[in-house]
Amino acid sequence: MNVIRSLLIAAAAAVLAAPPAAAQTAPKLKVGLMLPASGTYAALGTAIENGFKLYVAEQGGKLAGREVEFAQVDDESDPAKATDNVNKLLKRDSVDVLVGSVHSGVAMAMAKVAKDTGTPLIVPNAGAAAVTGSMCAPNIFRSSFSNWQPGYAMGEVVAAKGHKNVVTITWHYAAGDESVRGFKEAFEKAGGKVVKELNLPFPNVEFQALLTEIAATKPDAVYTFFAGGGAVKFVKDYAAAGLKKSIPLYAAGFLTDGTLEAQGADAEGLLTTLHYADDLGTPRDKAFRLAYAKAYKVQPDVYAVQGYDAAQMLAAGLTAVKGDLTRKPEFDSAIENAKIDSPRGAFTLSRSHNPVQDIYLRQVVGKENKLVGVASKALADPGQGCSM
Amino acid sequence: MDRSGALFAVLAFLALAAVPAVAGSFGVDLVTKIMIYAIFALSLELLAGSTGLVCFGQAAFFGIGAYATVLLSPRHGPPSLVWMLPASVLCAAAYALIVGALSLRTKGAYFIMVTLAFAQMAYYVVHDTPLGGGTDGIYLATKPVLGPWLDLNKPLAFLGFTLGCQAAVFVFLALLLRSRFGRALAGIRVNEQRMRASGFSTYPYKLAAFVISGAIAGLAGFLFAVKDGFVTPELLSWHLSAAVLVMVILGGLGHLRGALIGAFAFALLQEFFQSEAIFGAFARHWHLGLGLTVIACVALLPHGLVQVPGQLRERLLGRAQRSATEMRNEPL
Amino acid sequence: MDLATFLIQCLNALQYGLLLFLVASGLTLIFGIMGVINLAHGSFYMIGAYMAYALAPIVGATFGGGFFATLLVGLVLSVLLGYVLEWAFFSFLYDREHLQQVLMTYGLILVFEELRSLLVGDEVHGVAPPEVLSGALPLGGLMTYPVYRLFISGVCLVVAIGMYLVFTRTRLGMMIRAGSTNREMVQSLGIDIRFLYRVVFAGGVALAVLAGMIAAPVSSVYPGMGNTVLIVCFVVAVIGGIGSIRGALLAAVLVGAVDTFGNVLLPQAAGVLIYVLMALILLWKPQGLFRAG
Repeated sequence: MNVIRSLLIAAAAAVLAAPPAAAQTAPKLKVGLMLPASGTYAALGTAIENGFKLYVAEQGGKLAGREVEFAQVDDESDPAKATDNVNKLLKRDSVDVLVGSVHSGVAMAMAKVAKDTGTPLIVPNAGAAAVTGSMCAPNIFRSSFSNWQPGYAMGEVVAAKGHKNVVTITWHYAAGDESVRGFKEAFEKAGGKVVKELNLPFPNVEFQALLTEIAATKPDAVYTFFAGGGAVKFVKDYAAAGLKKSIPLYAAGFLTDGTLEAQGADAEGLLTTLHYADDLGTPRDKAFRLAYAKAYKVQPDVYAVQGYDAAQMLAAGLTAVKGDLTRKPEFDSAIENAKIDSPRGAFTLSRSHNPVQDIYLRQVVGKENKLVGVASKALADPGQGCSM
Repeated sequence: MDRSGALFAVLAFLALAAVPAVAGSFGVDLVTKIMIYAIFALSLELLAGSTGLVCFGQAAFFGIGAYATVLLSPRHGPPSLVWMLPASVLCAAAYALIVGALSLRTKGAYFIMVTLAFAQMAYYVVHDTPLGGGTDGIYLATKPVLGPWLDLNKPLAFLGFTLGCQAAVFVFLALLLRSRFGRALAGIRVNEQRMRASGFSTYPYKLAAFVISGAIAGLAGFLFAVKDGFVTPELLSWHLSAAVLVMVILGGLGHLRGALIGAFAFALLQEFFQSEAIFGAFARHWHLGLGLTVIACVALLPHGLVQVPGQLRERLLGRAQRSATEMRNEPL
Repeated sequence: MDLATFLIQCLNALQYGLLLFLVASGLTLIFGIMGVINLAHGSFYMIGAYMAYALAPIVGATFGGGFFATLLVGLVLSVLLGYVLEWAFFSFLYDREHLQQVLMTYGLILVFEELRSLLVGDEVHGVAPPEVLSGALPLGGLMTYPVYRLFISGVCLVVAIGMYLVFTRTRLGMMIRAGSTNREMVQSLGIDIRFLYRVVFAGGVALAVLAGMIAAPVSSVYPGMGNTVLIVCFVVAVIGGIGSIRGALLAAVLVGAVDTFGNVLLPQAAGVLIYVLMALILLWKPQGLFRAG
């Protein structure tokens, strides 16, 4: 019995690990999507996937003449499993291109593998500075944002509104820290002062104590970064504590993106900065929103746009090399120099491969983030630590 | 004499050694990863299965071993395995000594929670202080080598090295459990009060087991850091502590091979349910299949997967199943 | 910190603590009386929150009721759920080792999370508090305090008192306490211990679901909400002494205070403070603050 059991274990491992039976026929392009299908960020993963696949479908399922195949892995937003999951896509599924992820820790693991193997990686969300900073590489691109960008743009806005003292509040993790850093940089450069930087451990959502702190400090305004369930709770708690009327709240757009349904009237009138708004009204955006709604029966959000643009970036590179991914330097520079016709507005890439894009100022009206104006035109992330 | 256990061990290790011949590069990766988790599971088996001390903070020692590897490795030039490995293991063992000394005053569910508390403390130090290098993780600059003979950068060499570590740990624990020390641990597991009543001072034995367990978990952490080249605070999270506990229970407590079987079964089940080739679009809901399988295992196999051969023997050949007591006496 | 702020922070600590008590009480009950480690407790909290969101339109359409009607329906459903779960999954675990329960409930967590994903989706949702409770009380010109949070605290206190009365003054409570100390004796006295355990389990589940439903308007409803709550619940149950309702109440308020003031006074260490608290208390009193009962 023990013999059989040992052999069964080995056989099972071999079966699951054996390379795909059929040899890869040259024309098909295999795209590996590493996105969360479970957990807190599952909805974001779905939106990015939908956006990406929409673009591919619009091109008739082919990019640069090559039919696109997908291999998907649920990264569970778990950085501890990230390296194994990426290797699964590369070695078991033999993908040509990697797309992912939502969580920054996961993206960091992906970036390392991409850098080591030279596989093209397009990050459709994770805003960690390191991805286009210390981990930057010719084959790593980002179609979304850096945490610094919306924060910096909001810093300029808040200073321009005449506020002098601001309290920031966020979770104590890289995304929150980088967003606040961006805000602080712009705000203090314009003469303002961040009197207190409040933070609480991630993913703690008990805000009452810190809201009381804010009330006691009586600043001119508050800047915050929260996303997902925490964003919903924060907005509701902020309003319920009566602070919304007395101390204006400004935030990076993630506070009100995908969460307005849940936040209801408590979010009304909030000003946020993000590289997308729900009513840009440009022909490109209108066409995109219509196509997305038709295909998936829901309205798109910024994550869908990021997924869509990741596909556009990939297409730009592939078209330049006529689908031949072995011509890496040309592929890389094609994307680097591309001008992406995005629903958010056209954008280019910085030297460290982060989008150089307009950051919009939006206000919550009803169930939409309506465009108020451009907070920062063609804002480029400094790409600190990138030596490319 | 635990013949069947020893036979299993030998055959299992031979099968694992044969993996590079049959599997592709992904297979080598997968088996290496599972073996690292198996070493991790063996460390918990020593505590939970053989001594009856259920530790819910095992990931802390694993994570400290991993972080020590990254933080101690030099910027330039591959470090030598000779000092790197013991250093990481020692860091994990040192924390285990502190945690053990403080936690062993408590018992049962309270012990479980105190170990969790200390693991969470380690997690927050790594996550929130500059020591951990950031919440998103840090990278390993170069992988260690053993002189000119062994370069852990190469996947096959690394698989061989991990297999060697796993075998060494297994043999070490097997011998340990067979020794007077191991018998003392078994006695503590069965009835600690009786042990103390017979004049045995149980605390030093429990502490020693705790430290050894922490050291082995640190070894697994070292291997993990070398494999991934990337460590993150999530390596110390309670989710990982829970996962390794699940592996050990799934495999079967009280048997060293249970830890191996549990690690392999758990990992392979995840691969199975996540496989798009088998489940197509439903693969994204793989947690459901995994959860149901785990529940089924609990319902049908009260002593874990180690029971399976016995049950098959009973059903197919009609031989009487070994009783729980008989199975208990097989530490392997 | 001036006096006004300090008092408000005390109020915050108390309210958080009381809600923690409500969630943790079910856990300590099941653990203490049945000896069952229920890792799926956080999932019941999540189920409660999602029920508050998903049932509201159905209840509104069928009975025309609002928040309180949904609460009632949710409670009834949770008692049924607890009863069925105990009968199907837990009743054969009593004779097994504790760790088998850990494994079983771990499997249940996975199943519940995935079922939630399949049935309700992965989006974040909000639940509106009932009209009558949606006002706010001004707190010394500094800020306002939502009436609904006071309602939550009120409910938690009522539940605490209710549980105390049931356990000390009713026959059922007496049987439950007896059953937790000596199962066989209770059975030989002619009391059906299985039925008793089923009642306790259903009660524990109902408490967690109630907590989730009541907290939904302030906590919002999102995937993974059960996970964070679970660990804190265990901390509360253990600090208080497993099986002690009195202990859970004191421990919950203690944890609420440490968390609230910790966030303000020691933000760098805020994440770890409740664990340090637990470690210190267990080193002082290795069995928690109170014995069971």
